[in-house]
Amino acid sequence: MEKHLFLAGHTACYGCGEALGARLVVDAAGPNIITTDATGCLEVFSSRWPQSAWAVPFIHSLFENSAAVASGVEAALKALGRQGEAKVIAQGGDGGTADIGLQCLSGMFERGHDILYVCYDNEAYMNTGVQRSGLTPYDSDTRTSPFGKVSWGNRYLKKDMPAIAAAHGVPYIATASVAYPKDVQAKVKKALSITGPKYIQVHVPCPLGWKSDPALTIKVAKLAVETGLYPIFEMENGVVTKVRKIPRPAKPVGEYLKLQGRFAHLFKKGGGEGEVKKIQQIADENIKKYGLLSEAAEKVAVEAEKE
Amino acid sequence: MKVILGGLAQPATSLANNTGTWRNYIPVFLQKTCTGCTMCAIVCPEGCVYSVEKRKFTFDAKYCKGCGMCAAECPVDDIEMVMEEK
Repeated sequence: MEKHLFLAGHTACYGCGEALGARLVVDAAGPNIITTDATGCLEVFSSRWPQSAWAVPFIHSLFENSAAVASGVEAALKALGRQGEAKVIAQGGDGGTADIGLQCLSGMFERGHDILYVCYDNEAYMNTGVQRSGLTPYDSDTRTSPFGKVSWGNRYLKKDMPAIAAAHGVPYIATASVAYPKDVQAKVKKALSITGPKYIQVHVPCPLGWKSDPALTIKVAKLAVETGLYPIFEMENGVVTKVRKIPRPAKPVGEYLKLQGRFAHLFKKGGGEGEVKKIQQIADENIKKYGLLSEAAEKVAVEAEKE
Repeated sequence: MKVILGGLAQPATSLANNTGTWRNYIPVFLQKTCTGCTMCAIVCPEGCVYSVEKRKFTFDAKYCKGCGMCAAECPVDDIEMVMEEK
């Protein structure tokens, strides 16, 4: 087998986007790293005691303190005068980042530690049986936001984590998707070349929680980007410097939603068209805000082939 | 077995897990129209797809969970998923 730093034998569900995302991140970062992780799927399936899927140092402490543990690791390296020897990568799921770990993350940003924080965004608490998190999208059906007679699922919008990070003056912020593996790896490499706190949010489909076909993990992730629901961009010193353009015209959000059971009620229950329209509006706003549409459709197709 | 406070695991020990037993469908690498784009190796969540030659890929049956991502992403449909008989 090829040499990876995140190894086979981990117990993630089949078709897991997070397992793929984690492997892409550590492989891009190389062996000289120290990683920490918040409680969540990643920690559970990669470090089932007494085994570990990591070929690099990996620490899991609590749900909320991935960023704080990483801060300690970085401070210790500094105190020992060994900061050049290893880069520190803190990891977390969307719940461990945007809800439970938010204050530790904020502290890490505030103190300006030289750490790359990677958030694997699978849009709910999957490990405990799919409960909604701050990054669960609008109208998604989860255990704590079920659809029913009066409910359409999750009623809140996704937290704008990149903007929260930007408000801390973080020098490098990026969003990425496992649908574009080389883009994920390029962003990790770029982030590690910058001193100070960095934040990367990787969109990772979860076939279990999204009720999608495991074989279509990449396709679903790609559609999230191509509909405009998950804008892929880089933000340096508070300014958006690079945006992943999507083919013109953008795909309707229905194409993305229909592949997932968590949105199935929008197409079964009467009046669902109005909700789909609202989601389309979210996508349209993203397209406008980040200028996602390409100048010419052909140009993007050529670029996509190169990847 | 000595239990350490907090739990300590040696690196790269998950390789002992035989996750291939979870599989219902098994990929068949036809190795006919392969262009060597490496997409199957990149997208495998287990990282168990690898190349034996430039345009010849195969997988490690010990770990493959049979998710079918390699077959779904192959741009030239050179991978097939078939029901595995055990």
